[in-house]
Amino acid sequence: MTHAWSQNLLYLALLLSLAYPLGTHMAKVLEGGRTLLHPILRPLERGLYRLMGIHEDDEMGWKAYAWSITLIKLLGLAAVFLLMKTQAALPLNPERQANVASGLSFNTAVSFITNTNWQAYSGETTLSYLTQMLGLTVQNFISAATGIAVLAALVRGITRRSAAGLGNAWVDLVRSTLYILLPLSFALALFLVSQGVIQNLSAYLHTAGGQVLAMGPAASQVAIKMLGTNGGGFFGANAAHPFENSSPLSNFAQMLSILLIPAALCVTFGHMVKDRRQGWALLAAMTVMFVGALAVCTQAEVKGNPALDGLGVTQVASLDQPGGNMEGKELRFGPGGSALWATATTAASNGSVNAMHDSFTPLGGLVPLWLMQLGEVVFGGVGSGLYGMLMFALVAVFIGGLMVGRTPEYLGKKVEAFEMKMASIAILLPCAAVLIGTAISVLVPAAVASVSNPGPHGFSQILYAWSSASNNNGSAFAGLNANTPFYNDGLAVAMLLGRFGVIWPVLALAGSLVKKKHTPEGLGTLPTHTPLFVGVLVGVVLLVGALTFIPALALGPVAEHLTLRSIR
Amino acid sequence: MDSQFRPALVLFIALSALTGLAYPLGVTGLAQAVFPHQAEGSLIRRDGQIIGSEWIGQSFTAPRDFWGRPSATVDAQGKPLPYNGANSGGSNLAPSSPDLRRAVQDRVAALRTADPEATGPVPVDLVTASGSGLDPHISPASALFQAHRVALARGLDETTVRDLVTTHVEGPQWGILGEPRVNVLKLNLALDDPFGAKSHKSR
Repeated sequence: MTHAWSQNLLYLALLLSLAYPLGTHMAKVLEGGRTLLHPILRPLERGLYRLMGIHEDDEMGWKAYAWSITLIKLLGLAAVFLLMKTQAALPLNPERQANVASGLSFNTAVSFITNTNWQAYSGETTLSYLTQMLGLTVQNFISAATGIAVLAALVRGITRRSAAGLGNAWVDLVRSTLYILLPLSFALALFLVSQGVIQNLSAYLHTAGGQVLAMGPAASQVAIKMLGTNGGGFFGANAAHPFENSSPLSNFAQMLSILLIPAALCVTFGHMVKDRRQGWALLAAMTVMFVGALAVCTQAEVKGNPALDGLGVTQVASLDQPGGNMEGKELRFGPGGSALWATATTAASNGSVNAMHDSFTPLGGLVPLWLMQLGEVVFGGVGSGLYGMLMFALVAVFIGGLMVGRTPEYLGKKVEAFEMKMASIAILLPCAAVLIGTAISVLVPAAVASVSNPGPHGFSQILYAWSSASNNNGSAFAGLNANTPFYNDGLAVAMLLGRFGVIWPVLALAGSLVKKKHTPEGLGTLPTHTPLFVGVLVGVVLLVGALTFIPALALGPVAEHLTLRSIR
Repeated sequence: MDSQFRPALVLFIALSALTGLAYPLGVTGLAQAVFPHQAEGSLIRRDGQIIGSEWIGQSFTAPRDFWGRPSATVDAQGKPLPYNGANSGGSNLAPSSPDLRRAVQDRVAALRTADPEATGPVPVDLVTASGSGLDPHISPASALFQAHRVALARGLDETTVRDLVTTHVEGPQWGILGEPRVNVLKLNLALDDPFGAKSHKSR
């Protein structure tokens, strides 16, 4: 624990300094510029376009763009589902994992195509290596590339004047994968192996003492799982598993990878709209909220669990022990490394865990829960975090406009009724899915039966599941038995709503903005790069999150916190 | 939408081959060439047999061994099987769960029974289950807490055992990443065979 706060500081410093060069690189990639990787990868890129029968300069309107994205997702859905249903007969299955039941296969396929990576199964007891690689790893790449592509389309909607096209979805997907995700993943995977993360195709090992050790190609999947804000673990315990996240340094590298691309995309945004201050303002708003959440979570976990007082146990940190709330945590990470991970993974739509959130203190667990409910916009998912945040930025300029009685504008584009409708849908649809799903669950006996902890925490488990699925996070209060028909199907619907119910309105909005003329800045224009705007933006995000979720949070974590000292 | 079907299908197949086969197999090949020991699980071998992995904890219950952290892993039927390396997971008990408090109480009692002279406060990591159920480490405090019992059971001087613990403490990486820790399996192996590591290397 003594190192927890310095680790947090180093984390923020490294994150923000790495964001700049990567953000610049990504802007170049999305604008079709030449990068250092072009001599190697450009021929491959061109070959792909030829095979696909497309020209890289073909423009798509918003509907064609949205259909393209949806189409490749549907293919992914079918492929993952079929792989899971037939894996027993396919190669690369040394443990002879059986075919997976339809309900669970459908839930998992939806989960991975929507960048949620909710897991109602445990990797090492359920999936073959082929399913992990050809099914899940592929979707990790495509769903992350989709996020970047949709963001690129939205930005073009803002920057282009009186136009119709938003770019080409295929080209954006190919470039994001080839020039951004693949090289980063390759480098990270190798680094993780150097730290002890495994990468092999061997059958499970039996030791002399009779212990069975699960094996597999973990590092390659872990790298893109972190960088693509996917979060689906290779093993059941996700990044708490030492073979998935071995050393404190592998832990630190993985935590950096969670927020690296989302933070860098703010810089990319600044480049693309030709006003870097705009990107910095969004990054500042995200950082402010992140720091607040991190402080609360770290403090709660480092302090420990008052319900264990009086048992002759010490939870006080010293030079030779971490202390704090250690149930469900790994010693090498301690409460500090676990709280930082929990905050980053739920600020982003990552959802991987290196400690069991179900066993977090009530306030320590409230932080990840609320961060998801804010819509995953504090850094957020790859691409999806920033386009989500831009929806909030539109609401913020709209509210600012109402105050002075003037049609609001953002970056020279008038924000009118249609844009506000789309932004509202994109913001409120996941919120509605969370609350309605939770409300139905507490009324259905089969859903309540999945709860594993008594009292208010049981309610938190249900609320967490719906918050996670609807916002495409994927982390869980994992005591909840989610592999039931009710949750497999219900959460699949929530995941689809949370992904496509946001992507479609965002692209429709982009399609509307792109047609508009440029409105020159006037005296009444609210500048969107100032500390004042950062404050308004943070205020809007927190206000929507608070108004929507405080009643539910009061019934769960807050109630649990108040009763903690009376547990005997 | 029709006109988009061919590019969608071709791109999907191409990306599947590239990111689902070429990438993981490429990483496997390179990892096996550059870091073969780590890629295969950082295995510890003695006399040609695999004893375990330095990253995966094992269940130690004899008084003469250092004990690791409690593990909540189960077997295929859902029955408790601590340190099951083929089915990782935590207890997922809520902080407010009476079961958690009871489990901690029992574990403290077991430690006191195993060594009535260890009356000091028990370090929390020694009586709480890890997230993976496979945690290979305990805190230095938790190791020192058990030194008296281990020394007694092995007929060793307690100072010798405490010194051995101290030499096995790994500090935080880069000085601030992670927590100071002791690898339980390595520590027990060193106790079993103080010259094991050396003779193993010279062989």
